[in-house]
Amino acid sequence: MGQSIQNKAGLTDQDFLNIYQKMWDIRLFDEKVETLFLAGKIHGTTHLSIGQEATAAGSGYLLRPTDWITSTHRGHGHSIAKNTEMNQMMAELFGRENGTNNGKGGSMHIADLDKGNLGSNGIVGAGYPIAVGAALSSQMQGKDQVTICYAGDGSTNEGSFHEALNLASIWQLPVVFFIENNQYGMSSSIKEMVNIPHLSERGAAYGIEGVTIDGNDIVAVVDATYQAIEKAKKGRGPTLIEAKTYRFKGHSKSDQRIYRTREEELHWETNHDPLQLTEKLLIQAGILTKEASQQIEANRKEAVEQAVIFAEAGTLPAASALYENVYVD
Amino acid sequence: MAQKTMIQAITEALATELKNDENVVVFGEDVGNNGGVFRATEGLQAEFGEDRVFDTPLAESGIGGLAIGLALEGYRPVPEIQFFGFVFEVMDSIVGQAARTRYRMSSTRNLPITIRAPFGGGVHTPELHSDNLEGLMAQSPGIKVVIPSNPYDAKGLLISAIRDNDPVIFLEHMKLYRSFREEVPEEAYTIPLGKAAVAKEGTDVSIITYGAMVRESLKAAENLEKEGISVEVIDLRTVAPLDIETIIASVEKTGRVVVVQEAQRQAGVGAAVMAEISERAVLSLEAPIMRVAAPDTVFPFGQAENIWLPNATDIEAKVKEAYNF
Repeated sequence: MGQSIQNKAGLTDQDFLNIYQKMWDIRLFDEKVETLFLAGKIHGTTHLSIGQEATAAGSGYLLRPTDWITSTHRGHGHSIAKNTEMNQMMAELFGRENGTNNGKGGSMHIADLDKGNLGSNGIVGAGYPIAVGAALSSQMQGKDQVTICYAGDGSTNEGSFHEALNLASIWQLPVVFFIENNQYGMSSSIKEMVNIPHLSERGAAYGIEGVTIDGNDIVAVVDATYQAIEKAKKGRGPTLIEAKTYRFKGHSKSDQRIYRTREEELHWETNHDPLQLTEKLLIQAGILTKEASQQIEANRKEAVEQAVIFAEAGTLPAASALYENVYVD
Repeated sequence: MAQKTMIQAITEALATELKNDENVVVFGEDVGNNGGVFRATEGLQAEFGEDRVFDTPLAESGIGGLAIGLALEGYRPVPEIQFFGFVFEVMDSIVGQAARTRYRMSSTRNLPITIRAPFGGGVHTPELHSDNLEGLMAQSPGIKVVIPSNPYDAKGLLISAIRDNDPVIFLEHMKLYRSFREEVPEEAYTIPLGKAAVAKEGTDVSIITYGAMVRESLKAAENLEKEGISVEVIDLRTVAPLDIETIIASVEKTGRVVVVQEAQRQAGVGAAVMAEISERAVLSLEAPIMRVAAPDTVFPFGQAENIWLPNATDIEAKVKEAYNF
């Protein structure tokens, strides 16, 4: 296959089709999660990545299995992009033994160490210093590994963000801080919570290059992430990427979204849907047809249905599991 | 064998493990060239290099998270929190993350982190430098909390903590750092975590204690012996998880027990020990379980700590009360 879409990472047409497929995985997985949640089949809480598919799929695609990520409470997309199996993820949400964490972590703590996924996290900002620790281990071992630390806009006001950025900068660690700025920390608009136009400006305070990109533009995501990864691999330190995006759904299950207008939501869904935009790009580039796109969607829908079947077939952990892995012995 | 202070024993333990295992890394605020506030890491950077012993910025939360990331990738981090009162800045990394990572990932991946920190009263440091916060830690399953009471134990317990594959909080009482010397072997040795020691055998009353209060209890026991009261002193060494077996064995032997802690009364390790005894050995008791602890007030400033801190005199009085009940 050719290379019809100009990009800095040298991705081929096939690569973009793969990314597009991952985006559908993320969209359909989370749409299914929402349905299951409303049906009372999944408990706890859940945070959906719908509307933020390009950031996870575009950046995660550039990582190798040996590279690492840390993720957030809104982490299903990151895990899917890092190739954690949807079957096991769904089973984890169901709290089943065949889940990624044997049913002991749930939606907010999906981890898959063998795939380089150090875990999503229920605490906003907790991933920052963990990612920096992973990156320090790469540097100390002289390994050619990169860590992407995913985080949200709200977390840039946590102390851990500032501590971690400074650590990564003074030691020039191979880490990419990837801020998905979906513009709201639960109900608070980031515009009211910081007094700067772009979160990426915060990098300058720590001697870190910061870039702001359109997070729903798949090529922009690929280009910025690729440059940050290459820089990290060459030992030239961290990058702070701010990818502007929008979560189409509420913060979590109970959010009535009184803090934003339906007009604003419609604007993003109509004009900035990353799936629509990517489909259009691929069709215009001549590497996808509308029919092929619908086929991909249907295939991935089927994969998500299979994940639910896999999850429902799993057993709940035995009560004895409550006492396992608290300590080594 | 040479006579050594607890701080020397700790430095030796760190050096031993840095030598023994190339995955051991020591880091924290001022631990590198400066050798730490109390000189616990003195000379280690010079001996093992800046890659193994290094300074961090003033960033406790960063230090804690860093340890987790390193541990997940095969390192054996030994971070220092400069004073344990600064632990509030790193509570999420310790209690919210490190303590639970293994469980919530249902993982066989180890988290061999040893967080060292000085704490404790009696040296006139301000409140947040002195606070006894072990109770906060002890309430968190997934971490072990170790508090040595003397130089010999400090070396053996610290080596065990570093070799242990679970996160360990290793608390070093500042008053014990240099207040006395003891024979400490040059070579490496371990003392098991989770096992209490019988610091002194006795038959009339059991004192269950740990940390700096072991010395005070031994002093009290010595005086009481002169009055014909035979006191057994149990040094918990690890306050979480508790060595209940050793505690109960002593209580069953003496039938009278005084729990001694430097920390405030409410909740805490002493309360947990008392609850375990009342649940398991109430029929062996000939007197109520008694307690010596600091008052439920804020750790005081300056000279006031002389009044506030429990001491051998308080312990003596309480043991007599139990004995005469």
